This record gives sequence, structure tokens and C-alpha cells, in this order.
Amino acid sequence: MTPLQIIFLITSVGILGSALMVVTTRNLVHAALWLVVSLFGVAVLYVMLSAAFLAVAQVVIYIGAIAILMIFAIMLTRRVAKDSGPQTNPNWTWAVVVAAALFGGLTWLLSSWNGFSTPIPELSSRADPLSQLGQALVSPNAYVLPFEVASVLLLSALIGAIMVAWDRRSG
Amino acid sequence: MGDPITLIGKWLENLLYSWGLMPGVVSLIMAVIGVVVIASAVLVLDILLVWVERKVVARFQDRLGPNRVGPFGIIQPIADVIKLLIKEDILPIGADKIVYNLAPIMALGTVLLLWAVLPLSSTVYGTNLNVGVLYIVALGAISTLGIIMAGWASNNKYALLGAFRTVAQMVSYEVPLVIALLVPVILARSMGLTDIVEAQSIWFVFIAPIPALIVLITSIAELGRAPFDLIEAESEIVAGFHIEYTGMKFGLFYAGELLHALTVGGIIATLFLGGWRGPGAETYPILGIFYFFIKALFLYWVIMWIKYSLPRIRIDHMLNFNWKFLTPLSLVILIVMAIVDKIVPKTSMLVYSLVMLFVNVVVGWLTLQLLRRNAKSARMRVAEPKPVARPEPSPTAATSQTSSSSS
Repeated sequence: MTPLQIIFLITSVGILGSALMVVTTRNLVHAALWLVVSLFGVAVLYVMLSAAFLAVAQVVIYIGAIAILMIFAIMLTRRVAKDSGPQTNPNWTWAVVVAAALFGGLTWLLSSWNGFSTPIPELSSRADPLSQLGQALVSPNAYVLPFEVASVLLLSALIGAIMVAWDRRSG
Repeated sequence: MGDPITLIGKWLENLLYSWGLMPGVVSLIMAVIGVVVIASAVLVLDILLVWVERKVVARFQDRLGPNRVGPFGIIQPIADVIKLLIKEDILPIGADKIVYNLAPIMALGTVLLLWAVLPLSSTVYGTNLNVGVLYIVALGAISTLGIIMAGWASNNKYALLGAFRTVAQMVSYEVPLVIALLVPVILARSMGLTDIVEAQSIWFVFIAPIPALIVLITSIAELGRAPFDLIEAESEIVAGFHIEYTGMKFGLFYAGELLHALTVGGIIATLFLGGWRGPGAETYPILGIFYFFIKALFLYWVIMWIKYSLPRIRIDHMLNFNWKFLTPLSLVILIVMAIVDKIVPKTSMLVYSLVMLFVNVVVGWLTLQLLRRNAKSARMRVAEPKPVARPEPSPTAATSQTSSSSS
């Protein structure tokens, strides 16, 4: 086993374990903090794939924005931060069946995939992946359309937020 | 001769190879040694910063500062550290033990991690990450998380209020900070801090003074130092998020804040003041470390100067200043500089820099004009005659007046 594989295994166990803690812990703030651990583990996976930009963007967006927003919202409602009710509902048997079927199906699909045995292709070191990514995002024969659609979506979300928060009485 | 650190590194590497270790193991050991050396050096420097801070604030306030322990009181911080270490460690009732103890570690750890990308000289740097600028932003986000954890886990209303204020301040001041940080990236065509330093044959502060100023202001806000120290305003919320921490756990927050101030100085020096650049720094890299720390300490002094000269800003002013002034200004300057960068050819660095400086001056002048007009209308609004409440002479009051005068 190469060192990379060992780190991958440790990180994966960490991600899955903290993801499990997110749904089982009874304290909502703890759940949010475990979510941060899980998201950080995904950033580590990106680093191992030499995708530094994605890793840092993952930390900035998911930990810096989304997780902090969630913790902030939870802290404002301090009374309900501790949940004492049952953690499952009567449909849990069906959920187990569906989850097991999905997992089995994915495993069956991936077992015939040859990606597990192919080694990681070497990245050409002379080209800067960051500038390549930037060129691809604005190039007409690459991703300019999804990029612009995403920016329009964000703009409409921004305008929507302003409309929701606008106090019409004061003008 | 001018580069002893690389020489020592080479010697150590050869020594490890001569012991018959594998190349992968050798590079791992060298990396660990590098991390330990940089982290310890920065932490030892941090102890001295306590003395620097106390001495400088004393001078600003016309006092002497610590002068009893050692020459000029320089051993005072060590006595402080011993005091903090032997203090009782108190865990407040109802506090969340793990989160409570994790928060100060995160507060100091995120600051230490920033030194991984700061180039101390042309040969001494942790790593030239190709997303270095974004890495700094990401660590800022994690340090916010540490403060929220401290505020929530303390089980104290004041601490929680401090944490709320922190989120409001740090998340909002991150917006103009990130936008202004893009300007050196545009000028250097790279996000790596080493590349940014190498691109500064003319310091970026002369090419882009407005972004430099915005980065300085927003960094002070991210630090939570005066005038942006509402997150630990003594007169309102006692000490904010670290109210319940005692002993060395408080010490970690304090050390983290001081080190963060110096680190911010280092980041601004790297991005706008040419980092390790200076006369002779190319041939003698050891001089580069000297220049870097001179610049970083100068900016640290500027931050202290601002802190001890300005009163605390009010919370609505703090948010207005960010959203109505800094964010639009940083957006305008980014767009204008990006367009000018495309128009003006980069063949002559001098012409390019002069045009950029001119653009900055124009934008700055227009901003000042706008501010002046706004201030004038605000003054007019204040100066308008207001309806004054006059007491109507009521019949009962009139009779009592007459009765009092008659008696």
C-alpha cells in the first residue's frame, strides 16, 4: 500500500464516521461541527487529487459560509439545540431496505468499472491548472454557458433575498 | 554565505541520506523539521510581541510600560507566561467541554497555519501554493469558526453575544477583503504568494494604493482590533467570546490575536510592500528575512497606532461602513483596474504603473467628492430646525403658579 492509499483510507474513515455522527448526535451544534469535520475531510480528498483550488474553495464555501450560517441559525434557537425525541420514525425498516438496495446496486455497477485498477495519470507540471481552469470557465467551447447560468442564478437569489428582507413601510 | 538556512537544510538532507534512509522518508523528515522550526520560531516571536505591544501602547498613552523585569522589561512576557500557566483552569458549569477546549487551539492554530504560505525570503518559504491568496481567505473562515465555538461552548450570554457580533463582522468584512485581494492577483497573474512577491519590481502599494488601504482596514476588522473591537467591547459585553477562559487558554486567545496582527502585517507586506524584496536580497537571501520582518513589524506598528488612537465604532456604523462604502468601492476599483490592465500594454512597467496609479487617484478623488456631498447633506439634515416641544400652559399649572407666587 502506498502512503497515498493509507491517507485516503484514514480520511475516508474520518469522513464516514463524522457523517454518521452528524445524523446520530442529539446536540444540533455538535451535529453542525461534525458536519464541518466531514466537509473538511472532503477537502483533504481534493488535495490528494492535486485539485488545490477545489479544496480551498470547498473550505471557503462549505465551512466558511454554509457551516457558519447553519451554526449561527442554530445558536439563535438555543432552546431547541438539544433534541430529546426519538431519532427514527416507523418507516426506518423501509429506509434500511432502500439504502441497502442503493448501496448494493452501486457496488454492483462499480465492480465492473476499471477505474480502480488504473493508476493516477501524471499531471503536466508546466501548465498552471488554476489558469487552465479560469480559461475553461470563460471559453465559449468549454463551460461559459453553465458559468453564466450559475451567475444569473446567484444574481436572482441575491435580488430575491433583498426583496424578502425589504421593509416596504420605511420605503 | 548569504543563505545559511538553505545550507543547513542541504547539510541535514545529506546527513540523512548518508544514514541510508529512503528519499521519501528523507523528504518527510525534512518537511516535519521545517514545520517545527517555523512554528517554534513564530511562537517564540509571539512571546516577544507581548512585550512589544505593551511597550508601544505605553508610549502612545504617555507611560513607561513594563520596565522592572530584565533590561527594558524584556523578560516581563516570560513572567506573564509563567503566571498564566500556574493559574487555576476553570471549566464553567454547563460548558461544552470538548468544544470549549478546542476553541483556543483553533484560534492560535489557524494563525500559525498562515505562515505556511508566507515567503520569508527567496529561498525560505513553506510552500508556494498556487492558490495561496485563497488559502489565506479559507483560514480566516476557520478562525471565525473557532470564535463561534468559544462563544457557544462557554454557556454564557455575553460570550454568545460576542460570538454573534464576530460572525456579523467577520463574514461581512470578508467580502471587500476578498475583492481587494484579487487586485494583486490580477497584477501578478498568479495566486501564489512567492510569484506575487517576484512580480513586484515596483511595489504594488504604489500601483494600487486604494486596494492596499481596503485590505488594511478590512484586515483590522477581521482581527477584531480597535476601532473594530465590538466583539470584545469591555463596556458592553465584558470580554466577548473569551470571557470564561482563564489561565493559558485565555493566553492562547491573546497570543493568537497578537500573532494574527503580526501575520496580517506580513501578509500585507507580502502582497503590497514587496515582501522580502530590498537592496541585496536577491544575492543574500538572509537579508530578505530581515526586510520581511522589518516591513511586517512596521505594519504591525501601524495597526497598533490605529488601535490606540481611534475610539470604538458603533455596530450600525460598522455594518454601514462595510456594506455602503468598502464593498462598493472595492468592486469599482477591481473592475476599473481589471479593464485598465487589459487596455494598457505591459511592455513598459513604468508607464503601466503610472496609469494604474493615476486611475487609483481618480477613483479616490471621486470617492472623496461623493463622501463630501453625502456629509454635506447629512449635516443639512442635522442642522434643519426641528419641531420643539413647548409646554402648553394648562389651567392647573397656571393656578399653582399664581398660588406659589402669592404665598
